Amino acid sequence: MDLILVNLIDGLVTGLLLFMLSAGLTLIFSMMGVLNFAHASFYMLGAYFAYSISLALGFWMGLLIAPLIVGVAGAMVERYGLRRVHQYGHVPELIFTFGLALLIEELVQFIWGKNQMPYDVPDILNFTAFAISGNSIPAYKIFMIFISVGIFIGLLYVLTKTRVGMIIQAALSYPRTVEALGHNVPLIFMGVFGVGTALAGVAGVIAGPVLGTFPGMAFVLGSIVFVTIVIGGLGSLWGALVASLLIGWITTFAKSYNIEMESILNGIGIATPENMDDNMFRDFWSLTSPQIADILPYILMVLILIFRPAGLFGKRTQ
Amino acid sequence: MKNITKIGAVSALSLIIGASAAFAETIKVAFIDPLSGPFASTGTNGLHQFEFAADYMVNQNGGLLGGTQMEVVGFDNKISPKESLIQLQVAIDQGIRYIVQGNSSGVANALTEAVDKHNRRNPDSRVLFLNYAAVDPALTNDKCNFWHFRFDAHADMKMDAVTDSITSDSSIDKVYVIGQDYSFGKAVSAAANKFLGEKSDTIEIVGDELHPIGKVKDFTPYSRKIVASGANAVITGNWGADMLGLGKSIVENGYSGPIYTYYAAGSGITAAFGETGKGAIRLVGEGQVNPPPSDEAAAYYTAFKEKYPDGNVDQTRISNTIGMLAKAIEEAGTADDVVAVANALAGMEYDTIWGGKVMMRESDHQAIQDLHIFEHTNEGIDFPYDNSEYGVRVIKTIPMASADIETTCEMKAPS
Repeated sequence: MDLILVNLIDGLVTGLLLFMLSAGLTLIFSMMGVLNFAHASFYMLGAYFAYSISLALGFWMGLLIAPLIVGVAGAMVERYGLRRVHQYGHVPELIFTFGLALLIEELVQFIWGKNQMPYDVPDILNFTAFAISGNSIPAYKIFMIFISVGIFIGLLYVLTKTRVGMIIQAALSYPRTVEALGHNVPLIFMGVFGVGTALAGVAGVIAGPVLGTFPGMAFVLGSIVFVTIVIGGLGSLWGALVASLLIGWITTFAKSYNIEMESILNGIGIATPENMDDNMFRDFWSLTSPQIADILPYILMVLILIFRPAGLFGKRTQ
Repeated sequence: MKNITKIGAVSALSLIIGASAAFAETIKVAFIDPLSGPFASTGTNGLHQFEFAADYMVNQNGGLLGGTQMEVVGFDNKISPKESLIQLQVAIDQGIRYIVQGNSSGVANALTEAVDKHNRRNPDSRVLFLNYAAVDPALTNDKCNFWHFRFDAHADMKMDAVTDSITSDSSIDKVYVIGQDYSFGKAVSAAANKFLGEKSDTIEIVGDELHPIGKVKDFTPYSRKIVASGANAVITGNWGADMLGLGKSIVENGYSGPIYTYYAAGSGITAAFGETGKGAIRLVGEGQVNPPPSDEAAAYYTAFKEKYPDGNVDQTRISNTIGMLAKAIEEAGTADDVVAVANALAGMEYDTIWGGKVMMRESDHQAIQDLHIFEHTNEGIDFPYDNSEYGVRVIKTIPMASADIETTCEMKAPS
């Protein structure tokens, strides 16, 4: 019972981190129709910038400045890269972002080297907030929860309650009409791209100390972010949130409990074969849930695509 | 006809010149390991240690066989067995007689097979394979051959040392084994189960699991299970980002016992563990660095840092490899007849600057040496890693570890 509570908190942290990445991506995707393959690379840049800044000015300045730099870099990429490629259609855009992801990874290795960076939790947050029957919850995790919830509320407010948000939402569905009304849609695109990448930067800043700051960090998160926005529904902030939390909890619980395939199959009435050694499904029978935890989100995505192609909260139909 | 004689004479002459030029040339050692891609930092650091060892131990002492210099040539195998075989052929074609490799037992298995085949078919250009880090036990057991020498203790020998350390600590009664889901992770798990079962009746293995290699974003759920199991020792064969992620996560989530590992030092890992790893991370390996076992070792380390300020001497066996090869070449009196060099290497006893002896067992070409249990700490560290204040210090030494470990090797000397 205690472990369930601990796992709920752990899953929440994982989910909210995923949300910060997918929120920006889902906005960018729905607006420009571009799958930004480089999105996770901006997350990595956030962590590396914050690490370098934290050496000179401390963690908190890193948290403040690094996302700004990443956001500006993102906006520049949109303005001088994507916008030029845009006229040739979606495939060149896709290839452009894919190349950008490779370029950023090489650049990071060139500047910071291939080793893991000693980017650490700030001392002020380096203590155990509370413990549930021996399982300590680090204060930094609580801090991560607060930051991401704060960002979610802020985003939701801007998108739904302010004029800027209304224009963005309108531009999502009817860019031509919004343009005809006199709004500068390319500028909005640039702004959304900048904010989206800055969010990825924030995620990188706060995830760097716990998940490690190394050249492979973008690759590890890259694909799961796309899965999140497909499950949640393109362009939906709520969808991104729900899908992120769902994935966070599913993977956490699957890893925490050793549920065996054998007991599931027995449970639905299939008896264990007597001679397991020469059974062709031996590997299948001996599967445990931690082994397949990381592919569960992908299975979920396939199911969503079959039964609800627009995603959980998606409105757009094609 | 006259012309042909002329051409013959000229080519014979050029051959002689070429041969004598080759004679005056260096003794080349081919380093076949990843120098690009995700494991490039490990490979590059290894190459630096080899280059330094050859320079410092051989060339600065007047070379070998009366003045011949030793040269280490890097070949990038991108950690792929296929690419390694191509690079092996390139090295052989360049007239190189000594191959060193260490990263990935998969590569080592491919190389040892290829070297054996090559040497049987081409008695004139035979090569030796000096393995400095690939720890798959099979390499000196079922798959052993006359041309392969291993300078590192293999996985079972290291696990023997780890489990010795665990069983001698009476406060440990519950052990959790976790590793990456591939051959090495499985081998570590099997060895841990085997040795703990043999050595102790009281120690219980409360968890034994594998996680996907290089794909886990967050190790928190695994740490929760480890804490919940009540384990007071953890054994893992993880390396790279998986080692760091697992280790940090376990400690931060409330585990307070030791974590026994193979690879948790250098390449940025020591610096990144920092304070978190203190008192928790324990490594098994050869070669004492802290406290320095001899003045020579201290001087060696200092000289290395002068040349490579960002590097670490985290594989002391590299200097043993070069030292023993040099000694064997001197004993054999030739660098070209690798059979003579191999015969000199087999059974050799070598006094290493890192303390103790290294004995190259004749029956399977496996080096027997002192193994140590190290602790990650910042106290009493003369030579820290990664330019941090942290390093590894010896807390327990097993002299000539596993000297009598069994081998299934049937060594066949070439006829």
